[in-house]
Amino acid sequence: MNYLDTTFQALGTAVVASPAILLAILGLAALVNWQLSEATISRLTQAAVLFSLLPAIGILVIMLATGIRYVPIELGNWVSIPEQEFHFHLKFVFDRLSIPFLMLSCVLCGVVGAFTRRYLHREEGYRRFFLYYAVFFCGMVLSSLAGTIEALFVGWELVGLSSALLVAYFHERVNPVRNGQRVWSIYRLSDAAFLIAALMMHHLSGEGDFGGLMSSGVWPEGTAAISSTEALWVGSLLLVAAAGKSALFPFSGWLPRAMEGPTPSSAIFYGALSVHLGAFLLLRLSPILDASLTLQLMVIALGVVSAACGAVMSRVQNDIKVSLAYASLTQVGIIVVEIGLGLRYLALIHIIGHACMRTMQLLRAPTLLRDYNELENKIGTRLPHQAWAGAASLPASVQRWCYRFGYDRGFMDLALDKWIVRPFLQTFGWFDRLERRITDSISHEPSRESDRAEPHPEDLQNVA
Amino acid sequence: MPELHFPWIEVSILVPLFGALWIHLLGNRESVLQHAIAICGVTLALTVGELVDFVSIGSFEAHDHWLFLDWLFQRDIFVVDELSAFQLPLAALIFLVTVMSTLRTKAPRFSLKLTLISESLVLATFSCRSSWTLIALLIAATIPPYLELRSRQRCTRIYVLHMAVFALLLVVGFAWLNHAGGSSSQALIAGALLTAAALLRSGIFPLHLWMTDLFEKATFGTAILFTTPLVGAYAVMRLVLPMAPSWALQSIAVLSLVTAVYGGAMALVQREARRMFCYLLLSQSSLVLVGLELVTPIGLTGALCMWLSVGLSLTGFGITLRCIEARISRVSLADYHGLARQMPMLSGFFLLTGLASIGFPATVGFVGMELLIEGAVDVYPLVGTMVVIAAALCGITVLMAYFRVFTGHHNRTLVPMHARPAERVAVLILTLLILGGGLVPQPGVASRYHAAEALTRQRQTNPMTEQQVGEMEIETVAIGKHSAE
Repeated sequence: MNYLDTTFQALGTAVVASPAILLAILGLAALVNWQLSEATISRLTQAAVLFSLLPAIGILVIMLATGIRYVPIELGNWVSIPEQEFHFHLKFVFDRLSIPFLMLSCVLCGVVGAFTRRYLHREEGYRRFFLYYAVFFCGMVLSSLAGTIEALFVGWELVGLSSALLVAYFHERVNPVRNGQRVWSIYRLSDAAFLIAALMMHHLSGEGDFGGLMSSGVWPEGTAAISSTEALWVGSLLLVAAAGKSALFPFSGWLPRAMEGPTPSSAIFYGALSVHLGAFLLLRLSPILDASLTLQLMVIALGVVSAACGAVMSRVQNDIKVSLAYASLTQVGIIVVEIGLGLRYLALIHIIGHACMRTMQLLRAPTLLRDYNELENKIGTRLPHQAWAGAASLPASVQRWCYRFGYDRGFMDLALDKWIVRPFLQTFGWFDRLERRITDSISHEPSRESDRAEPHPEDLQNVA
Repeated sequence: MPELHFPWIEVSILVPLFGALWIHLLGNRESVLQHAIAICGVTLALTVGELVDFVSIGSFEAHDHWLFLDWLFQRDIFVVDELSAFQLPLAALIFLVTVMSTLRTKAPRFSLKLTLISESLVLATFSCRSSWTLIALLIAATIPPYLELRSRQRCTRIYVLHMAVFALLLVVGFAWLNHAGGSSSQALIAGALLTAAALLRSGIFPLHLWMTDLFEKATFGTAILFTTPLVGAYAVMRLVLPMAPSWALQSIAVLSLVTAVYGGAMALVQREARRMFCYLLLSQSSLVLVGLELVTPIGLTGALCMWLSVGLSLTGFGITLRCIEARISRVSLADYHGLARQMPMLSGFFLLTGLASIGFPATVGFVGMELLIEGAVDVYPLVGTMVVIAAALCGITVLMAYFRVFTGHHNRTLVPMHARPAERVAVLILTLLILGGGLVPQPGVASRYHAAEALTRQRQTNPMTEQQVGEMEIETVAIGKHSAE
């Protein structure tokens, strides 16, 4: 290994290790009930972001200076069974896709970490927030740099869990918790699609390494090492995974629900980074999309529908964060269209620009409302609001339908409830009743003591 | 056969047995719980010693140095091998943490005497290989829960019906097998009977009703101890796997897969925590069986890893629920309880163990689940897909249960509900194992792979399965050639 390789290895290891160390410290503190002060947590977080960002910048500078476009960092096998050629390879890749996305993640996480220090000052859940934040940051770094599909999946899962827990951050109220559950359910389904796609790819190409999947060239010049039909199957599953993570049609219902969390987490996770992770996945595996025209058309169609729905829905929301979330969806839809059209650099630039702008907008949202209130109080009337000029040209019935469509958030949650959740509950509710009948008849008496479980026995002070 | 340096196996079986006698002599003293914890702790130390000794020998199997029971049984009655070497400390740990998490106020309801007898039987079962003794131990292990149901004056019909059929199938099946001999086609019928028995004990759909009934009517601790060591899977490994034809194993795998998805889905619709736990356990333990029946080294390794992770994580998940139940009675999932503020440590542990049970990254279940799915995809892509769906359903259930129990409600409880010292120690031991096994999985995986390889070899050398394995290998090669063309 020459001097340059050693430098790359050291810097790359620092980028990955920094968020992992932060997570280990905060996780251990939570485990042993070690009460770290707010200042300590904040400093640790800032240090972790800096020690991830600065080495990444260092790698970028060296890459630009030397003209190297692809830097793999090998950390060995986490698990391996050589006889069966099974290995979980810890490989991270610095290339023209991962470096911008990693730096974007570090910068936005850093900004939001600094903002949260004051925003959640003396809040009861301060430590909990930063623990989930560390999980998220770790997940984003792993996802951005993953050189194998398995490592990408690990990061993807960490991002999903932290997002769901942050949506449910306000523990004492039912609504945020229900929304967190909703987000998690959608994520689990999209994660299942991702895992099946990953296994199929592993099965088809014999390895999980992106280098093996894209048999020639580094991003964006790879060519898929699988046939068109295989690409269609795998790509369809990846599309479901990306749609779930990026809140694309028909999974957009979780996005406004995610705004129930604290503003900094809404800004960073659902407005800027989390929603772009699906698009990142499609970008990372874009050679697979190129292998099938049908798949490309599906991607474009999904992007168009999501963007159109997002545009309609964002215009009629009465909550600024929700409105911004749907505006995000519109942009993510357009980014997906760009990916479908093969405009990869444009999509990457679009992601970076949009994520930065949306983070600032969402962080500004609470104070903007206060400024609006003050302004309206001073002028003594509502601020003028200009309607979209094109709306007047539409028939009244169409306008009404669009309003209802937007206000009811595209009926997507209703449709999922009606066509998936309710049939599921009915089917397995029926099985449950059947089981009860069978056990009752064998026992010759009611067989379920659990039916008598009280909803809130802890309130009655009858604890042990 | 190599010998251990100390009679770990028999001493570890006898310690809880004599412990039960000691507890009986102590009567209803206040310190009886501490005595039980000490006995379980010593038993765990013995099983760990046994594991260390066994690993140092470096053999596939070993028996005791001196045999106290030599005059009673044949010499090789208790043997530790690569399969059971890890199951023994796991089973002892499950008993220890369950006893440790028992509140003193609840000790009179939860029979420590029967628990120690059960521990002795479980350890003896895991130390015994295919023979009448194993069958006797499997049947004897069903008696302590029955005695508890009787003492609680609960209806025992469902439990007795299922366990009687289980015992009958075991006895008839094994007697038939001995009568028919190894190469006879009649052995297939014997195999079918033994398979049905093992499936019944594992709670495979639609033979799982005894399990939900036990969770309803027995104490939560007894139900956990009777189900989480996965004795049914051990019966499959010892009685069915060595002699069952491939098509029979695939049928078991399909049934297990149906149970995994069914259990995952049913867990999601339950309105009470015990039942939810029961279905979650059913789903995850069925996944272990799916892997065992794949009979490929990767699938088998995944199943053996999952076996350990399910034992650790679901025991932790179960004892957390039991701790909560001990304080507020049965936990309804129909509404939110908001207990996180009162019990922060238990809430974190509940989430951790729940996530570990579904194979979340950085926990002990992750690599096992990956291997299992990988092995399943290799044999049958659809099986891999169903495993992923079952895991997804269980994942949704775990977070739903977490939210329902610990969040969503401003709790007004005035009495402190935080974890007691013994509970904290139990939680920390399991947490360290779950995270340690998740972050450094290679030693565990390597050892499980070694065991899987040895078991596969054993199956290949068995005259009853040798021919089928050969045929299967030829078919696989043919398929490989065809796809290459």
